[in-house]
Order: sequence, then C-alpha cells, then structure tokens
Amino acid sequence: MLKLKVNDIDVEVEEGLTVLQACEKAGVEIPRFCYHEKLSIAGNCRMCLVEMEKSPKPIASCAMPAAEGMNIKTNTSLVEKARKGVMEFLLANHPLDCPVCDQGGECDLQDQSMFYGVDKSRFKENKRAVPEKNMGPLIKTQMTRCIHCTRCVRFATEVAGVPELGAIGRGEDMQITTYLEQSMQSELSANVVDLCPVGALTSKPYVFEARPWELKKTETIDIMDAIGSNIRVDTYDWEVKRVLPIINEDINEEWISDKTRYACDGLLHQRLDTPYIKYNGKFEKASWQEVYKIIKSKLENTSKEKVCGFVGDLTNMETAYIFKEFFDRTVETDNYESRSDNRYINISKRENYLFNSSINGIEDADLILLLGANPRYEATILNARIRKSYLKNSTRIVSLNDCGDLTYPYESLDGQTKTIKEIIDDTHKLSKEIESAKKPMIIIGESLLRLENAKYLFENLKDFLNKKNKFSEDWNPLNVLSCDAATVGNFDLGVLNNKTNLIEDLKSNKFEIIFLIGQDDLNFDKKNEFVIYQGSHGDKGAECADIILPGSAYTEQDGYYTNLEGKIQKAFKASYPPGDAKEDWQIINELAEFMNNRKLFNDKEELDSSMLNYLKLQTEKQTEKNNNNSNSDFNNENLKIEIKDYYFSNVVAKSSKTMIECNNAKMNLKSTGTEG
Amino acid sequence: MSLRKPAKDQPESFEFNASSLEAANNIVAKYPEGKQQSAVMALLYIAQRQNNNWIPLAAMKYIAKFLDMPYIKVYEVATFYTMYNLSPVGKYFVQVCTTTPCMIRGANKLVEACKEKISENECELSSDKSCSWMEVECLGACVTAPMMQINDDYFEDLDKEKMSEILDKILNGETPKPGSYRGRVNNEPENNRKTLTDLKNA
Repeated sequence: MLKLKVNDIDVEVEEGLTVLQACEKAGVEIPRFCYHEKLSIAGNCRMCLVEMEKSPKPIASCAMPAAEGMNIKTNTSLVEKARKGVMEFLLANHPLDCPVCDQGGECDLQDQSMFYGVDKSRFKENKRAVPEKNMGPLIKTQMTRCIHCTRCVRFATEVAGVPELGAIGRGEDMQITTYLEQSMQSELSANVVDLCPVGALTSKPYVFEARPWELKKTETIDIMDAIGSNIRVDTYDWEVKRVLPIINEDINEEWISDKTRYACDGLLHQRLDTPYIKYNGKFEKASWQEVYKIIKSKLENTSKEKVCGFVGDLTNMETAYIFKEFFDRTVETDNYESRSDNRYINISKRENYLFNSSINGIEDADLILLLGANPRYEATILNARIRKSYLKNSTRIVSLNDCGDLTYPYESLDGQTKTIKEIIDDTHKLSKEIESAKKPMIIIGESLLRLENAKYLFENLKDFLNKKNKFSEDWNPLNVLSCDAATVGNFDLGVLNNKTNLIEDLKSNKFEIIFLIGQDDLNFDKKNEFVIYQGSHGDKGAECADIILPGSAYTEQDGYYTNLEGKIQKAFKASYPPGDAKEDWQIINELAEFMNNRKLFNDKEELDSSMLNYLKLQTEKQTEKNNNNSNSDFNNENLKIEIKDYYFSNVVAKSSKTMIECNNAKMNLKSTGTEG
Repeated sequence: MSLRKPAKDQPESFEFNASSLEAANNIVAKYPEGKQQSAVMALLYIAQRQNNNWIPLAAMKYIAKFLDMPYIKVYEVATFYTMYNLSPVGKYFVQVCTTTPCMIRGANKLVEACKEKISENECELSSDKSCSWMEVECLGACVTAPMMQINDDYFEDLDKEKMSEILDKILNGETPKPGSYRGRVNNEPENNRKTLTDLKNA
C-alpha cells in the first residue's frame, strides 16, 4: 500500500493505481474526458491536471502512477488556471450548438464548462468543421463536436475487438473515422454513444426524441439474452424512448449489446392491445369476459390429457409459475413445457443447466472449450468477457466448430461429436490439457444439447471432469450457455415435462387445446387444435391462435428472471401495457377465478412469496440422480451451430424497425464483400 | 496545411518487389518477436520509395497484413506524418520551406516561382506531369534560408531568379547542382567570417 496526500488528506492506495484514482479515494472529484475506468489510459484531453509537490508543471493525474509520499493538490489556483486553459482550447473549436444537440443535459463538456469555462471566447479565427461520417443505422455522427478523447477508438479496439475506428491526420485536422464508411462490425457498437463525452456520437434512433430531464428512469434488467444485463429504461409517457446500461461488475460491467439497447422500439409496434377471437379465419375484437367464457367451455369439454401448454422465451418467472399452478390445480394435467425443441436437460440438479463458472469466472479461466456455442451471437456480453480474459491472460480458447470471427483468436476443431468422445475417452490431446489446466471452462451450447447423443455427451463430459477432479469448492468447469432470458427460470420452476415428449405429440396433432404463453418458436402444422395465445406481440404464435389474450412486455410488469448463471433478478415496471392488455400473471389468475370461482393467488405478493418458497424447496431437495449411461450407444454426429438470427431472435426484436435496419446494413456489407 | 486526403485514383493492388521485401524483412528482424508492428514507419517509407514517391491505400493494406496489425493503425500513421505522400507526386518533387526563417528571407518569392513554372496549386502535377511542388514546414537548413528540397537534395540561398533557373532545368530534364547558390560550402559563414566575435562583416 502506498501512502500519499491529496489536499492534505492522507490516503492509502494499492500499488498500480493512478493519481486520479487516489484522488477519487480521497473523495476529490477530478474532471476528465479521455479517462475511462474500463479502457486503457490515453492521457490526451489534459482536463485532469493536478498540482504535485516538487513538479514544476501540473501533471495529468489519469496517466501518472501513484507513488509513495506524493503530495497532490487539486484546489490551488494553478490547477484552476490550468483547467480553465484546457477548457478554453477544447471550446475553441467546439460548436455552440447545445440547443440542437442530443447530448444536451447529459454532456460532460457542458457540465464541466459550467465550472471551468470562461464566459467569453478569445478565439477570433475560423472554427474547424469536420464532415460527418457514416457509422451505420445506430450511431449518428456530428464530428465537428468531437474533442478527440479517443474513447470510441479504444473501445472498438479493446472491448469490441473490431479495430475499425481510428484518429487520422494531426493537430487541428485530426479526425475520428472508420475507413469503411459503414457501421461497425460489432454487436457492442452503440456503447460508443455512452462513452462519447460530447455530442459527436449520438444515438440515431433516439435523435431529437427527448431531453434527459423529461424522461422517467427505471432501473431494471434486460431479457434479450440470458445474461440479464442491468439496464435503465427511459420512458416518456408510456413510450420506452431508450435503454441504457447500468453498471453491474458481475454481469455486464458497463456495456450492453446493440439488441438490448435498440430493440426497444419493437415495444411500440405489432402490439396486442385487446382480446381477439378468430371467427372464420378472421380476428375480431372481444371483451375479456367473452374470451374467458370460451376458454372455460373449451377446457371443460376437453379431456385433460388433450390440453397442453407452452411457455415462451421472454416470459417472466411469476407468469411461468402461475401457469404451472393453473395447469396443476385448475386443468389438472402436467402437459406443460418451456423448451421449443427436444433439447436434453437434466434438472435433477441446478448445476446441470447453469453457467457454473460464472461470468466473472471467465477472467480466471486458463482454458476455454466451446462446444456447440457461438457466444458472439448467443451471449454478446459474455463474449466480451472472453475477449477480456484473452487480452488479460492470453487464455487458450478452443472451439469444436469454426464460428467465424469471435473477436479473439481460437483454435477450431472438426465439428464432429466423435472428437468430444475422444476427449472423454482420454485419447485426444485436449484431454491432457483439460487435466493440467487449473481452471478449465467447458461451455456447452444449446446446439449440442439438441443432438440425438446429447445425453451421452453431456453426462459423460461431466463424468470425465469429475474423474479429473475438476470440480472443487471454488470452481465448477461445466457451463451451459442458455440463449433465452426465461430458460433457466423455467427449469428452476420445473416448467418442463420429461415423461412424455410434448413437442413430438404436438407435431403429430395429439392435442386439442394448446395454450401458448409468449411462445412463438414452435413449428407445427395446425389441424383442428384450439390455440390460445397469450403474449405481447402479434407474431407467429398469435397468427395461428383462435383466441388472443393480450399480455405485457418486460418493461410493463414487475417480474423475476434468472440469468444463465442462476442469479435471480427482478425486472421493474417502467410503463403500462397498451389498450386493454393486462399483466401476464393477472390474466391466468382471472381465468382460474372464472373457471373455479377461486383465484389461484390473492395478489402479486402472495404469488411472489409462493414462488420464491417453491424455488427454495426445490434447491433443498435436489439430489443428483445417477444418470450414468456410459454404456449406451454413441453415434457420431455433425454438430452444426444453429443460432437464431441475431437481430430477430425474439418477438420484440422482430417488431423493431431499428433491428431491421441493422440487419439490412449487415446484409449490404456481406453482398458487397467488404466484410473482413 | 489541411488534412491530406488519399488520391482518388488508386491502384488495385500493391506488393513489395524483391529488393523492398528484403529491406522490409531486415527492418522487421530488428524488433523482438511480437513487436514487429514497430516497423510500420520504415515499411511505409520503403513502400513510398518503391511506388514513385507516394503511398497508395493498397500499400497500407499490404503493410497491415505484412505486420499483422489493423489497417486503420497503418492509415493513422500514414496520415499523421507529412512526409508520407498519399497522392502521386512528380518525378521531381519540390518542397519549399515556408517556416519563419525562410519566410523572413523571402520564401514566398520561391512559392511564386513554383506557381509560375510548375502549377497554380500545390500538390498538382505540372503540365508535362514531371514535376509537382508543395509548401512544407522547417527542413532544418535555416542558416541557408530560403531553401527548398528536390527529391533528396537541398537547394539553398535562393531567390526568385535562381529558383526559376533551377525549375527550368528540371523541367527540361537536366539535373541542377545541389547546395548553396551563393557559393557557400555547407553552412560556412559568408564574407570570411571566422568567429562569432568577428562581427565586422555580419
């Protein structure tokens, strides 16, 4: 520990920290533009100048390592004068267009010029003007406003792993540009909008939409993937205007993916706002009482084995739980399922479907083996962590399949499952590597779990890791990479049926009533089934429905979600469902009341406590069943990674215009062959 | 000086020839393994040498691949340093120093001569495409100001007439003599001044 003085306050800091960090520890705020905690140090804005004893000139505190016995002063007239000088130079070429700038109200330059700016300009010369750059459908550029902090350049190179941004020219002519004049080839690109301390890079879909002080801010979580990134939803009236990341060092650090950020305009389109009934192939508006009545008579006149229910990929846990209760208690059948494919899952223990090493654990891993997963598209934020780990420790990364550019180098194998068998049988060179690795990580994608031999591969991989003593108190090398926000929560709640294969039964038209809750991924030929669809958006599920119950999206109701690591987090209500739509749990509760004259739960609180209790009981009674079947037959299969189209992976994204534009931009790149 | 933009007409491809490749490999070998990117400036210069004194974008891409670094990083370096020419220059490339000492000694007259003899604007090829000129910052020969550089040679102690003569010569394909045009050897003082205290002839 180093001891130093900041404004005569004694502070102790760890070695390797900078003067700026030491000042923050002493509670002294240092103005800065180029410095950012998560990026490398550039030291080029000079705003963080402080006075150091025995130094004739002020020093840039962000770039100066803290040392023993330093005496730092941040409140002297020299510092004040230096910062004023820097600010005057920054403002010399900065346009005075704050009234028409989207950054206004949350602009670092605006805020800091309130403290250090001079009220008049001595700059009589012509101001610099820089042509706008084309950075795709997400980022609007106004490069005249740029103060050359190079945060965006460092972000693209370091975090996103797409070195496409750069600072060209020198002096007054310096410009930040992509040589491509195209959108950045990254799913994290829009984070540069948050990083930009001025209005040079602003959000294109949000352009001239609102001022920050007009918006209602709700801290909640994201459900575009299974990561559970922490976000802030900004709403104006009931409209979701934008989504911003909030810091959670254990999950998303400071970043969110472009889909998380920009799919929110899908919440305004294709919405189901009133109950519908299909008469002669046409949907007609109906009242809640009418639809409940029809559902009641249908359910009463159908034998319970002929009723089944499917829960979708964005459904919160309360809804899944009350749906399960509805089936168990009201319909009295256990024909419910949350998977949309025949993926293998062993729910006897939670560890069998979680990302056990945890997202933070990626940074400690010394060997990462990807089996049937493409983290870049399946879990973008997690992929950024793998890249961080690679940059920090040069982690060795091996993938069974060639996944294209993952933003870090990796060795790819042949994509055949017999290679996994070789690893299990200790005949592959990777077996030795896994054995000698201290903290290996095996990341199993959903594509592998969909294979016919998934059970064999999964259980034997687990046995293999067990044999090599890789499971310990503080490390669990087995990781399942779930893709959807609801997946883990549904497994925790036991919303699945391992006794019969409901998907096969559905495809062979064995059911008479199908109840879909936000489930749009089922591929089946509808014959005489009566389909009830409850959800927020009019998509595939609603299309084939006979009755539509309008539900709420994730920003319109409180709801728990469990992320892929098994962390349970709550999404909060930021706005209201449109029209007559109701919160999802409420619909099921009312339907149950209509049928039996008895509500399943009196209120949301009772539902929540019942659900959390259930989860607690489930974890307590977990026992590892002996699922060993290493004697079963093994056939080699060609493992193909099937991922949903990144920009259209769920109903919200599918309804989003911005996502369509992103997809078009990507297609354009591919067709002109300039990619890569 | 404004931002130098790459030329509009760019060759499709670029590759080092045998001698450039050898020179490039020699330079890369000077750096420890994994730090080969440090050779980028030298390699850009080699490329400029090979390609008639200017660097096409294809060469930057080639060098980026050669050194296993992002193209944008090479592009940044090439646009930062003014001595890399990003658009074609004449076979005789005239660089007139216009920084303060030369300016005081009449560099603007040299610029006038260039405008009359070569082309109206800087960085523009003369009518016979053999020559181009540009204003540059200090070339470090202030003692013999005003001066200019043609390709690798300095021409010093100039005035407008002498400048015009030199330009006429190069436009006719002759090779003018480099060095001082007032008969000085290197940077020796004029009028037989031998010491700093010897002020009588200053």
